[in-house]
Order: sequence, then structure tokens, then C-alpha cells
Amino acid sequence: MIDIRALEFAYPDSGFRLDIPSFALRDGEKLAVIGPSGSGKTTLLNLVSGIIRPQRGEVRVAGTDIGTLSDAHRRAFRIRNVGFVFQDFELLDYLDVLDNILHPYRITGALRLDRTVRARARQLADDLGVGDKLARHPSHLSQGERQRVAICRALLPQPRLLLADEATGNLDPHNKGRILDLLFNSVDARGATLLAVTHDHELLPRFERVVDFADFQSDFRAEVGADARADIRADSPADSERPPAT
Amino acid sequence: MIDSLYVAWRYLRYHWGRSLTLVVCVTLIAVLPLALELLLDESERQLLARAETTPLLVGAKGSSLDLVMNSLYFGDSVPEPISMAAVDRVADADLALPIPLYVRFKARGLPIVGTNLDYFDFRGLKIQAGRNLALLGECVLGARAAEALGLGPGDALLSSPETLFDLAGVYPMKMRVVGVLAPTQSADDLAVFVDLKTAWVIQGLVHGHQDLGAVTDPTLVMERTDGNLTATAKLVQYTEITPENIDSFHLHGSPADYPITAILALPHDKKSAALLRGRYVAAGDQGEPQQILVPADVIAGLLANIFRIKGVLDAVILVVGTATVLALVLVLAVLVLALSLRLRAGEIATIFKLGCSRATIARLLGAEIAIILAAAALLTGLLLAVVGHHDEALVRALFIR
Repeated sequence: MIDIRALEFAYPDSGFRLDIPSFALRDGEKLAVIGPSGSGKTTLLNLVSGIIRPQRGEVRVAGTDIGTLSDAHRRAFRIRNVGFVFQDFELLDYLDVLDNILHPYRITGALRLDRTVRARARQLADDLGVGDKLARHPSHLSQGERQRVAICRALLPQPRLLLADEATGNLDPHNKGRILDLLFNSVDARGATLLAVTHDHELLPRFERVVDFADFQSDFRAEVGADARADIRADSPADSERPPAT
Repeated sequence: MIDSLYVAWRYLRYHWGRSLTLVVCVTLIAVLPLALELLLDESERQLLARAETTPLLVGAKGSSLDLVMNSLYFGDSVPEPISMAAVDRVADADLALPIPLYVRFKARGLPIVGTNLDYFDFRGLKIQAGRNLALLGECVLGARAAEALGLGPGDALLSSPETLFDLAGVYPMKMRVVGVLAPTQSADDLAVFVDLKTAWVIQGLVHGHQDLGAVTDPTLVMERTDGNLTATAKLVQYTEITPENIDSFHLHGSPADYPITAILALPHDKKSAALLRGRYVAAGDQGEPQQILVPADVIAGLLANIFRIKGVLDAVILVVGTATVLALVLVLAVLVLALSLRLRAGEIATIFKLGCSRATIARLLGAEIAIILAAAALLTGLLLAVVGHHDEALVRALFIR
């Protein structure tokens, strides 16, 4: 699903720099990315989704080198193939649950909103347990319900790749487990691939693979040498046994 | 675009207080000048309409505008009086029907119009309640005057003293309201109509008092000479005309010398009108103290002057207004956009990540502005329709008193 080669990225006027020699994610795989703040986890999600482009290297998602696409094509590609679940849910307060779930269809011409999509949105909401709250606004939902709505929104366009940025970050332990179950079940049911950024090390055993991102970030002055970088395509079980980043 | 409008609508509906404030602001900016324009047009029409239905006006020489405004709209500026002899002069010419007017006094701020019953026929005034004038001391109220005073047939109305500290001046007289006129949407609605003689009673020219010949109190008589009695200040003068004292009311001197402020002259035909005007114009060279006017010409001249100034103002308003409106729209758009972008940075970042283009974000914000402007335009249209529907009454209420 994802194949990154010789990727180099740096924000202008910033010491931040990300080097990824190689990184791959199989179709249907569930991968967790951990790492300290500022290590580039969110930047990876932005690169994979085509929000930003690498300065060097190649980012292939579902066989498409998204770095070579125009801005409009990258957006269209993103909305069709990539679903986002954000840490703060980022639901729109002025839209009710149903409109929030349908929102990606209303803000781009790449998706067409029709009766089938509406039916699918209702079904998705039912599946995730918010089917009876479609007319409510986010401010009248619990944290867990909001997160479910966010997942519904991410899954509605039937993306092949789901990116979760601290998707369980604001939840209590009970809800974390439930949301992760929902996320995994939804991904499995739709044959999608999951790339999740998290700080929550309790949840790591549930992922098929874990990558510590501290290894891929360096700055201009003290760049980590190539020897120190792991080739993450190696499906080493040790990956999931990495100690928590501090 | 429909999706953008839908999302924009949901946003504005959710933040209805903010949206309503914006709509009201834009509406006010648009509706005030347009409504004013409507009312000005209507006031022009009303002024001209009344003047055009009044063929000729005779009054003392002086300000033709004061004469017309006082005689047609019962304005505050009272022209120099002329005498009832002027009425005889018009009648004797047999070219027009003269209707005398004496518009000088007030009752609780409303003009008292002294005239005769021909005036009611000429203006097409109908009695809505009660009856028309029949006896001395009676008055008939215009529709809005009755409403404003809260009076109807059977009530009493005091005329106002001309000046509070003028002890020798005009004293209040208690008039009986005998009728109320149907509304006409004209200056007649706000007038108190009395017979000419009643107006003279108010002035003190016609008066009633104790019969000096029959009094038994010697202190009432100051001097008694051949057939002549001079009363002392103790003599009771009536300030109300009642069935008991009405017979004591009498005129001193010749009625031809009694004052009026104007004569409405209704010529029999165009030729009569021309002849009558010609007589006054011809006599003008020989010190003629009166003038004859065509009210429509006077009002047209007045409006021409007003609207000449208004034309200049309009041009200024057009330039300044257009610039202001453009600036406001621009400021509004920039403010809405800038504030929206600032307040909604998180939302914009989210939808951008979801795949929304910058053009779509601009379209969403543009749709919000479009909805606000459309709502303001709708509200402006509604308000203007209401103003247009009630413009006659509004002009009467706001501009003509």
C-alpha cells in the first residue's frame, strides 16, 4: 500500500529534517508509529497523504507516486484513497452528525454525494453505534461518540488507506480499547490498511507492527548517520519490541 | 455550488446571532437611502397632488409660498390677513366660487381652519361620525386629529391662547366637537374645522356677554350715555357658546371688514380662471394689495428648487454612497474572510487535509457572504415593499404635520 524510498523532507526556516531511506506498508496491514514529539510522525502522515511533497525521494501509495501528481490530482487522490482520523476529532460544530460524516463529499468535486452514499453513511453510523444520534451536533456528543463520528467520516469514501493521528489520544482507557476495536473492525471489514500515529504504548501490542520514528528524524547539524537508520521494510519482530520513546 | 451553499447555510444557521447581526447591518445600509428616496418621491407627489387640485388662491401680497403652505397644508406661517370684502370681490366678478379660509389659531397644536361648508364639498370631505357644522362654537375634526386628541362627537376642545403672556390677546374658547371626518390622507386629516364666525369668536371679534341693558348690578356699568353703555371689566364674557348664551353673540362693525387669510377661488372654467387672474394682475400695477396664485406653480417652483439642490445632493450621495457601499462591501468581505480564516483556522486545516482545495474554501466563505447579501437584499426588498405600501401614511406621519 505504501512504499517510500530515499525520502528527504525539511520545513523551510526550520531545523527539522526527516530522512527515510525506505518504508513500506502492506495492503491490509495495521502499523503503529511511535516516537517523541517533533520526530516527524505527523509529517509522515502528511507526506503519505500528499498534503506536502518530499524534497527528494519517492512516496508511492497504492502504486501511485503521489509526489509527481499536480496539486489538484493529489487532493483528488487523497480524498478517494486516504481517510483521516484526527486526534481532536476535528468535527465541525455547526454540522450535525450526518452532515459531518458526509462532509468530505460536500467539499470536493472528486466525490459524488448520492442516495447510495447517504445510505452507506447511515449504515456506517449504525455500525459504529451513533446511528441514533445523526441529528445531534458534536457539542451534544460524548468524547467516544465524537471519535466514532470521526471514524465514520474517514471511512465513508471507502479509502484504501486509513491514517490515524493520535486517534485515541483524548480518550479514557475503556474508550481507547473500544475505539481501537471499532477502528480495527472497520478497517478489516473494508479491507483497508491502517497507519496510526500514537503515543499510547499500552495499545502497541494490538498492532501488527510498530515503528519507532525517533530513528528517522535528524537536524542539519547532527544528522543521524545512514548506518543508524533501520530499514523498516524488514519485518523484524523486534520492531514491536522497541522500548517506548522518552 | 449547491454543496457550498448548503454548508454555508448550516454555518450561518448555527451561528444565527452573528449572521443576523450581519444581515441587519447590510440591510440598514441598503434600506435607509432607498426608503428615503421612496418617501421623498411620495412627499413630492402628495405636495403636488393637493396643489394641483386647488385651482386658484387669493391672499395678501407677500410670500406666495407662505400663503400656499398656510392655505393648503395649514402651515404655521400665517400670511397677512385680508378682509371678507375680498370674498365679495371674487363673488361679484362671477368668475369663480370663493371659499374663504382663516387659518390662524390652534387647538392643542393642531390648526383650526375657519371656513364654510363649500370647503367640505370642494375637498370631498365626508363625515364619518357625528354631523357637520351647524351652529356657532362647533367644530369638526379631521380623522387623525380626532385620533391624536382622543376626541369624538360630544366632546369639547379648547382653542390654544396665541401667546401665554398676552393678557389682551386671544383667550381659549371651548368648542363642541360635533363630527369627525373620514380619513383623506391629506392635511385635512390633521385639522380642526370651524365655521368662519367661530374663528372670529376665538379671536374675540364676535363675542357674547351678559346683557348690559338687563343687568341689575350697577358695578357692571362704567358709563351710561345716550343709548350707549360702557361695561366695566367685571362684565362676564362667555368663553363657551351654549344654547343659553348663543343669542348674546354678536358682531361689531361690518362683516366685510372681518379678517381671513386666503380665498380658494374655484373658477367656472379655464376662461374664467384666466380672466380672474388677469384682473388681479392688471390691478397689480395700481397698488393692488392682494395676489392671485396658481398653487401648483408655487409648489412646482418650490420642488424645483428643492430638487435642484436634491439633484446636487443625489450626485454627491451617488459618488459618496457608491464609494461607501463598495468600501463597506469590501470591508465586510475582507472582515468576514479575515475573521473567518482566523476563527476557523482549525476547520480550514481539517477540510484542507480531507482534500478540500483553497478555491473550495474561498467558495465556502463566498457562499456565506452571498447568503448574507441575499438575505439582506430580501429583507431590504420586503422593507421597501412595506414602506412603498404605506408611503402615503408615512409621509403624512413623518414629513407633513
